[in-house]
Amino acid sequence: MTDANATRPRTRRDAQFDKIRDREAALAGTRQHTARFMSKFLNNRLAVVGFVIFAVICLMSLFAPLIAQHDPMSPNLRAIAKPPSAEHWFGTDKTGRDVFARVLYGGRVSILVGLGSALLSAIIGVIIGVYSGYVGGWLDWIAMRISEIFMSFPQIILVLLLVAILGQSLLNLIVIFTLTGWGGIYRMARARMLSIREEEYVQALRSFGLGPARIAYKHMLPNALGPIMVNITLSTAAFILQEAGLSFLGLGVPLSIPTWGNILNAAQDLRVLEQNWWIWLPVGATISLFVLSVNFIGDGLRDATDPSQQG
Amino acid sequence: MANEVALTVNGLKTYIYTNNRCNRALDGVSFEIRQGKTLCIVGESGCGKSVTADSIMQLLPTLSRIEDGEITYHGPDGPVRIDQLPRDGAKMRAIRGKEIAMIFQDPMTALNPVYSIGFQIKEMLKYHTGLGRSDRHSKAIDLLRSMGIPLPEKRVNEYPHLYSGGMRQRAMIAIAMSCNPRILIADEPTTALDVTIQAQIFELMDTLKRDHGTAIMLITHDMGVVAELADDVAVMYMGNIVEAGPVGKVLRNPVHPYTRALLESIPVLGRGKDQEIKAIPGQTPDPYNRPKGCQFADRCAYRIGACDQMPDETQVAPDHRVTCWRYEEFAADAAE
Amino acid sequence: MQPNDPILKLRDVQVHFPVKTGVFKRVTGHVRAVDGVDLDVRRGEVLGLVGESGCGKTTLGKAILQLVRATQGTVTYSGEDGETELTSLDDAGLFRFRKRLQIVFQDPHSSLNPAFTIFGSLEDPLRHYGVKTREERRKIVGDLLEAVNMRRESMDRYPHEFSGGQRQRIGIARALSIEPELIVCDEAVSALDVSIQAQVLQLLMELKREKNLTYVFITHDLSVTEYLCDRIAVMYLGKIVELCDAEDLYANTLHPYSQALLSAIPVADLDKKSRRIVLQGDVPSPVNPPSGCPFHPRCRYVVDRCKTEVPELRRFKSAKGEHMAACHLIDQPLAEQPLRTESP
Ligand SMILES: Nc1ncnc2c1ncn2[C@@H]1O[C@H](COP(=O)(O)OP(=O)(O)O)[C@@H](O)[C@H]1O
Ligand SMILES: Nc1ncnc2c1ncn2[C@@H]1O[C@H](COP(=O)(O)OP(=O)(O)O)[C@@H](O)[C@H]1O
Ligand code: SF4
Ligand SMILES: [Mg+2]
Ligand SMILES: [Mg+2]
Repeated sequence: MTDANATRPRTRRDAQFDKIRDREAALAGTRQHTARFMSKFLNNRLAVVGFVIFAVICLMSLFAPLIAQHDPMSPNLRAIAKPPSAEHWFGTDKTGRDVFARVLYGGRVSILVGLGSALLSAIIGVIIGVYSGYVGGWLDWIAMRISEIFMSFPQIILVLLLVAILGQSLLNLIVIFTLTGWGGIYRMARARMLSIREEEYVQALRSFGLGPARIAYKHMLPNALGPIMVNITLSTAAFILQEAGLSFLGLGVPLSIPTWGNILNAAQDLRVLEQNWWIWLPVGATISLFVLSVNFIGDGLRDATDPSQQG
Repeated sequence: MANEVALTVNGLKTYIYTNNRCNRALDGVSFEIRQGKTLCIVGESGCGKSVTADSIMQLLPTLSRIEDGEITYHGPDGPVRIDQLPRDGAKMRAIRGKEIAMIFQDPMTALNPVYSIGFQIKEMLKYHTGLGRSDRHSKAIDLLRSMGIPLPEKRVNEYPHLYSGGMRQRAMIAIAMSCNPRILIADEPTTALDVTIQAQIFELMDTLKRDHGTAIMLITHDMGVVAELADDVAVMYMGNIVEAGPVGKVLRNPVHPYTRALLESIPVLGRGKDQEIKAIPGQTPDPYNRPKGCQFADRCAYRIGACDQMPDETQVAPDHRVTCWRYEEFAADAAE
Repeated sequence: MQPNDPILKLRDVQVHFPVKTGVFKRVTGHVRAVDGVDLDVRRGEVLGLVGESGCGKTTLGKAILQLVRATQGTVTYSGEDGETELTSLDDAGLFRFRKRLQIVFQDPHSSLNPAFTIFGSLEDPLRHYGVKTREERRKIVGDLLEAVNMRRESMDRYPHEFSGGQRQRIGIARALSIEPELIVCDEAVSALDVSIQAQVLQLLMELKREKNLTYVFITHDLSVTEYLCDRIAVMYLGKIVELCDAEDLYANTLHPYSQALLSAIPVADLDKKSRRIVLQGDVPSPVNPPSGCPFHPRCRYVVDRCKTEVPELRRFKSAKGEHMAACHLIDQPLAEQPLRTESP
């Protein structure tokens, strides 16, 4: 085209540039908001896919009694370790319980543990982190030291210790995860506050004489929410995996209650691992899918709250 | 040697393609830089001053392209078409630094924090000259001394963070001047500095021009700097040069409404409390949604129907040009 | 309350920030950001506060508003209800006075909360000061926006939808919202393009006339202060070195630092080109300020006395009322001062 490019070889990028330039030239003067919004939205396909998977799994677990044909707890001695069939979609386990029903019911507990602990630790972490990050001083110092104690302790030992003291139960698991998990969110919220604190709009609010709690929670927190949301999704995924891991080790929820971790527990047996793939594969896949979908949502949220992406 | 043209830019168009959009950052810019003279490019933020400098140095962002126009460097071995060289080819690298050097607004980002200042000067000397190791070291010290850095023997081994803002900028200039470039491009070199430090840097640049005959292209947004340092001035607005000429003509008798508006919008030291300043109404247009014709039309008091078309560049004198449909009426009004 | 009475009196105000180093965060020194400032701000005036970056302008501005607390000295406010020492009040006690003192910031990008609409940002202070209904608050915010030449509807938009100049105007509207008597403008136009800067300067002047405001105008740009200010205080390393009527500063500069500062400013007028006085070296660190006169290492008139003895801010007679400067060498008031004879 022009002699500026005559000696320079044309590349794929040149073609791309030409396309953009010609499109803009054609549209000069008109505005095209909607098209841009759609393309931006579609660029986030993964987050949308993640959200759909997340919603499907949550809803199916929630409505497990309506969907599952079998009781997840009652053994059926006539159908032990049967492969998938029309009657038992995911087959049955070694005591003849319907794996599909167990996965559905297990989801209820696992998601409750995952989301519940993530939300609880987020609430605690945010409440402490936002205020102490903004106010600073001795309060901040104490909160920081406490979180350091929790975080520098090897987590698995802490869990073992707490299980030994509190015993095995669903609630205890949530307590344990919250105790070990709040530190991360606290530190992140605090760090965000430390940087937002220097912004001039915060100074302006102070010059109006607004109280610290009001400035911190009402005006500053919304600006830290993006990374906090991301952190919640990520720790949900992490807690679900941890629950599976702990239950797998026999430290989590009592074995009688179906959870994804407890179902997976069956695969401890090498024979099951080799011969009865339907006992561990569906639940393994469900866990992976769920964790993946949560991570996708987290990434999507991160992009959506990135100020450089704001139109 | 003075007045010899060192670089010509002709009809330069540089577009930037970030975010899947096309920003016509430079839309036909022409000027020349002469040996031993200072050309000031002045304009508001976003008008394309830095893109002009980056185009000459071929330091543009990846998602950008020189669409049209010529950049010709008149080197000792005949003219070189810079715009046709591959961005990071050997030839471009040889020109960059040795023939044309550049200093930036923020010296901290332009200096590498993990190497000493001396190392960074010596690196340039090693790459572009045949000097031996010990010669390079003494040359580095000489350069720092000539830039007015105290205790250069000690300072040469120090790292950038130990330098103050003004000293960093002087160290940048030392690096830039290490190979005696024929052209120095300075992109707002003093915007981040205090006026007393700025005065030091300007003193230095004047010396370079006088003693070495360096051609200087100085980018600024400050009309005061133009009045102090420029021999020639080019006023930019939204990717076009709206008026260019010798500083005496452009500042005393501007023939473009924008130049005049710019000069009238700033308080001038020494004119006292009763001076009148006139704000330019409105704001600069969105770069993605530019007016079709004259870019200044929306804010211009002289606008007529014809201004919806891009005006041509007109010579009002052999060395003074303007891009405006109504410069004659405007100049007549201004003369009153 | 006469128009020229002081609204604020600063006496020996010091703000020292501790410097902490090492793992144990031991205090190893102090940044003397503001180092003993005596200053009266008169009701209805525009007082310029100029100096190079780091000389303590912002800190002094914040100390006036009690956004940082002075480590020593007093800030006294006088209004209809007599004099009050702000520095001795706690947050609750300050509440009443917050309403009278406001601040406009430099950076148009960080001065508005990106998570709220303009109304959302501006309504909270109003509610705080007792405007109970939402309707009322919307009306006030709308009026404020119109006062700064913006459209009412702007209040429901987010900060990122506005240009720098518009945001700065919103910042001014916010400062005005509780009808203060004094506004500290901290580099309020420095980040703006010149054409926009003029718009904001004119707006500030209009508002001052309409609402009878007092400004403390902080800037490093002496051309702007000349245009805008009634009096100017020149700061260097946390101290005021010269304080006088604005015109007097330009016509009859006393302090060697002010002279150098003025001469260094590039003037956009080819007929007014003056000789630059180029100062050697950099501003010393406020952690270890020089002994004696803080300016002595860069001063071209320096004598032995300057190195040991701190010069007082002394009063000199001038045609325009009082003229204060802190330099040993200005000894004959208005007579032949060594300072004004050009050295080669
Ligand atoms: N690296 C970049 N990426 C995207 N856009 C850019 C980049 N650099 C400059 N631009 C755009 O190019 C135009 C000119 O910018 P610039 O030359 O930096 O202006 P200035 O005159 O302030 O130096 C602006 O619209 C700016 O947004
Ligand atoms: N919160 C703080 N902690 C420590 N030092 C500070 C703080 N704020 C300002 N300073 C220091 O105080 C000095 C004066 O700063 P400032 O008042 O911002 O100057 P100016 O506004 O004149 O540029 C500077 O050296 C700065 O580094
Ligand atoms: S071309 Fe028209 S709009 Fe542009 S500056 Fe000239 S008169 Fe004004
Ligand atoms: Mg630039
Ligand atoms: Mg400041």
